[in-house]
Amino acid sequence: MAGDALNHASMTLTEQLPILQVLVPFVAAPLIVFIGSRALAWPIAFASSVASFVIASLLLGQVINGDVISYHIGGWAPPLGIEYRVDATNAFVLLLISGISSVVLPFARASLSVELPPRKHTLFYALFTLCLTGLLGVVITGDAFNVFVFLEISSLSTYVLIAQGASRDKRALSSAYNYLIMGTIGATFFVIGIGFLYMTTGTLNMADLAVRLEGQGNNRTVQAAFAFIVVGIGLKAAIYPLHFWLPNAYTFAPSVVTAFLAATATKMAIYVLLRFMFTVFQPAFVDGGITLEVIILPFAIMAMFAASLSAIFQRDLKRMLAYSSVAQIGYMLLGITFLSETGLMATIVHLFNHGITKAALFMGVGCYVMQAGGGFYSQLSGAGKTMPWTSAAVVVAALSLVGIPGTAGFISKWLLIEAALDRGWWFVALLVVASSLLAVIYVWRLIEALYLGQPAEGATTQEVPLGMLVPLWIMAGACVYFGFDTDITLSASRSAAQGLLSGSVAVH
Amino acid sequence: MRHHLILRVITKMLVGTIFLFALYVQFHGDYSPGGGFQAGVIMASGFIIYGLIFSLEKLQLVFPPWLVHKLLALGVLLYAGTGIYSLLGGYAYLDYTALSPHHPEHGQHLGILIVEAGVGITVTGVMVAIYYAFAARTPIINDEEW
Repeated sequence: MAGDALNHASMTLTEQLPILQVLVPFVAAPLIVFIGSRALAWPIAFASSVASFVIASLLLGQVINGDVISYHIGGWAPPLGIEYRVDATNAFVLLLISGISSVVLPFARASLSVELPPRKHTLFYALFTLCLTGLLGVVITGDAFNVFVFLEISSLSTYVLIAQGASRDKRALSSAYNYLIMGTIGATFFVIGIGFLYMTTGTLNMADLAVRLEGQGNNRTVQAAFAFIVVGIGLKAAIYPLHFWLPNAYTFAPSVVTAFLAATATKMAIYVLLRFMFTVFQPAFVDGGITLEVIILPFAIMAMFAASLSAIFQRDLKRMLAYSSVAQIGYMLLGITFLSETGLMATIVHLFNHGITKAALFMGVGCYVMQAGGGFYSQLSGAGKTMPWTSAAVVVAALSLVGIPGTAGFISKWLLIEAALDRGWWFVALLVVASSLLAVIYVWRLIEALYLGQPAEGATTQEVPLGMLVPLWIMAGACVYFGFDTDITLSASRSAAQGLLSGSVAVH
Repeated sequence: MRHHLILRVITKMLVGTIFLFALYVQFHGDYSPGGGFQAGVIMASGFIIYGLIFSLEKLQLVFPPWLVHKLLALGVLLYAGTGIYSLLGGYAYLDYTALSPHHPEHGQHLGILIVEAGVGITVTGVMVAIYYAFAARTPIINDEEW
């Protein structure tokens, strides 16, 4: 035994990156509570977020060519031990989540000063980092049960974060409670599905599950597990008929929380859906069933239209954007149903592009809430003149939401249409274009209020401080940047789509 | 509860025993059923019964809310800190071998003991914090607040 210890080869920092990705924000959260200082809470949260962003970039750099990193927690080898598994798919989502949180946190500092009483700030940042930990953990882990654990960490902190909106509007409490009930049902369905899989295979490691599930396509338990997992994650992802918690939760949460969650939480759920559909259950299993064409495809299209229509008739910008999020999730699901490389690329690219777009838009709402007192169109009237910089950024992001050429949103819609035509579903391609026209209508209502309306008499609305404008413009800039430079997004998503479709589970 | 003589006397006798039993469950967790979760709950129940019988104010003199918050964070830090110690030694996260590289079994022993202590501290803190949150709640919501 002693000999073993002496021959131990030390792990390098690079080899430790997968655990540090989750560990850094995870340690930051209790540290903030332990120190209990309001002055130090934000710096700790921000430092940990930036550190995990750097780690995510390093990880993506290592796996963008299709390599896989496997990290064994506690030195226990999988499938018995818990494994963290990084490939192009999840490294890309890790980059999105940690990037968004690093941009949103500086914005939070100014925005929270009006939206939350100061004595709650310390615990707010602790919860924020905890939520970040959960989201990163769900994405990085290669263990099905560990997904559930991290899902709960992120969900529980999310419920509390949403309820913080109660200091402005008490309805935040009921929407947080509503989300708690729906989210818990979703998580329970998910864990029932995992239980069925464990019953059939006796393993929880995703790669191992994939190997053992091969040829089990006719097993009723496995089919039930698939159904439970899809519905459970569907609740979390707000897939169309399961989206009722989302508009209220997004509307009444503090603006920073909405900006962060809209850009990350549903994206994380879509990632889990992809991971389970294609890595745990192989593409062949998904293709053999009726799930894609009979269930997911109609709901995706209904989401694109019904939610967009709802968005048109909203009078509150924040609520309009929440409904538009439901519609955009429809596009991501649509990409999955094509079951082709281009289709999955569209899903993954849209996941990223929509994340940055919605982060920018909800931060814009945060600016209006701060200066105009709310996000109703009547309050925004003429804001294009009184808050020119904020409004310009919001318009840029809104154009990306529609998918105007030259913005990030265009790239993903283009891929989606290309995938539809490849598959020969020209009718679906037409529907994508038609639903984008609905987006034009709701975006136009916003622009109309901002630029054609007149400011109210005697209103003293002015531009937001620089601490909010800079993060807002970083995101708005990203919307344009990723519309022109598609190198990172396309190569990462291509590599991810190939990995998912091959169903490769090369066990080390 | 001033007039409940029996409750007060029995509680005074029991609280110490409950704490002892919690520590027993805590430190025998690696040999027999038990561990941090159970011990934490038992420990917290000792505090809670004291609060129920002798009033919240007296309990908060012994175990003030700020201390509860520090402790529940400290437990998590202790757990994560053990993992970080293994990282610094060049081992995988939470590889207890790092605690005693020449006798990995001792390392495993020590590791589970420290980690369970962290769990116990956090669970105690969380249970008491939940009790405080409910017991110290202002009972009525004013009509204006809606």
